[in-house]
Amino acid sequence: MSNTIGLIFIGVGLAFDFFGCLGLVRLPDVYNRLQAATKCVTLGTCSILFGTFLIVGPTAAGMKALLCIIFLILTAPVAAHAVSRGAHRAGVKLSEGSVVDMYKKDKEGEV
Amino acid sequence: MKSRIVLFLIAFLAWALLTWVPDKQHLLVGLFVAGFVSFLTGDLFIKRPRLLKHPLRYWYFFFHYLPLFLWECFKANIDVAYRVLHPKLPISPGIVKVKTRLKSDTALTFLANSITLTPGTMTVDIDADNGILYIHWINVKTKDVDKATKIIVERFEKVLEKIFD
Repeated sequence: MSNTIGLIFIGVGLAFDFFGCLGLVRLPDVYNRLQAATKCVTLGTCSILFGTFLIVGPTAAGMKALLCIIFLILTAPVAAHAVSRGAHRAGVKLSEGSVVDMYKKDKEGEV
Repeated sequence: MKSRIVLFLIAFLAWALLTWVPDKQHLLVGLFVAGFVSFLTGDLFIKRPRLLKHPLRYWYFFFHYLPLFLWECFKANIDVAYRVLHPKLPISPGIVKVKTRLKSDTALTFLANSITLTPGTMTVDIDADNGILYIHWINVKTKDVDKATKIIVERFEKVLEKIFD
């Protein structure tokens, strides 16, 4: 039973990872791509790890999978902040259809 | 000192999980490693150890924040999947500014991380002194600071305020 549920989790995780990668290719600029990459890849990978935990049970590998979920949720958004802030400071423009950029307005003059 | 003890317990737990199944040798080495780590970096980890004593904060964290966070995280994935699979790419991105009442570093970190993992929004930068967050929004609904604050920040702010402040 837990084997089947685990496989379902892994399948859903793979699907979301795929959507994340598709977003990485299709969306226009750095920031939009980061959005797709962070969100989908975080939950997708967590789901795969949780499915692994359900299949192997509380063994050595299962516990490491649980620990990985916690570290992934804590660190993935931080990496996204760092990349997006660095990109903006380095002068990467928002894509054509963008509506507003308050950050640029406020940071003008600062280098 | 309290901060060191808390860090020691967390480091020991992480070690025990990494070297699962626990036996005497691993736990003995873990004691030394956790002790060494907490001796070196103990005072950097937690600034206000008195907050850890309130049981109500744990209640809010596990039964109010975590379900909300997981649900929003799931919605975010559906949202991204919809936008990516739609043939016309329905996006109108932009960076908006929102205000927050939270002051402490921990609360701001949790808020920024939560915002990044919720539908359509991603934190770009924080101005902690003025309580301002710059947020990249994949589908900008309003440019007004107060309205954006209401849509993006408020849900999490209410819960995080009870946990961390």
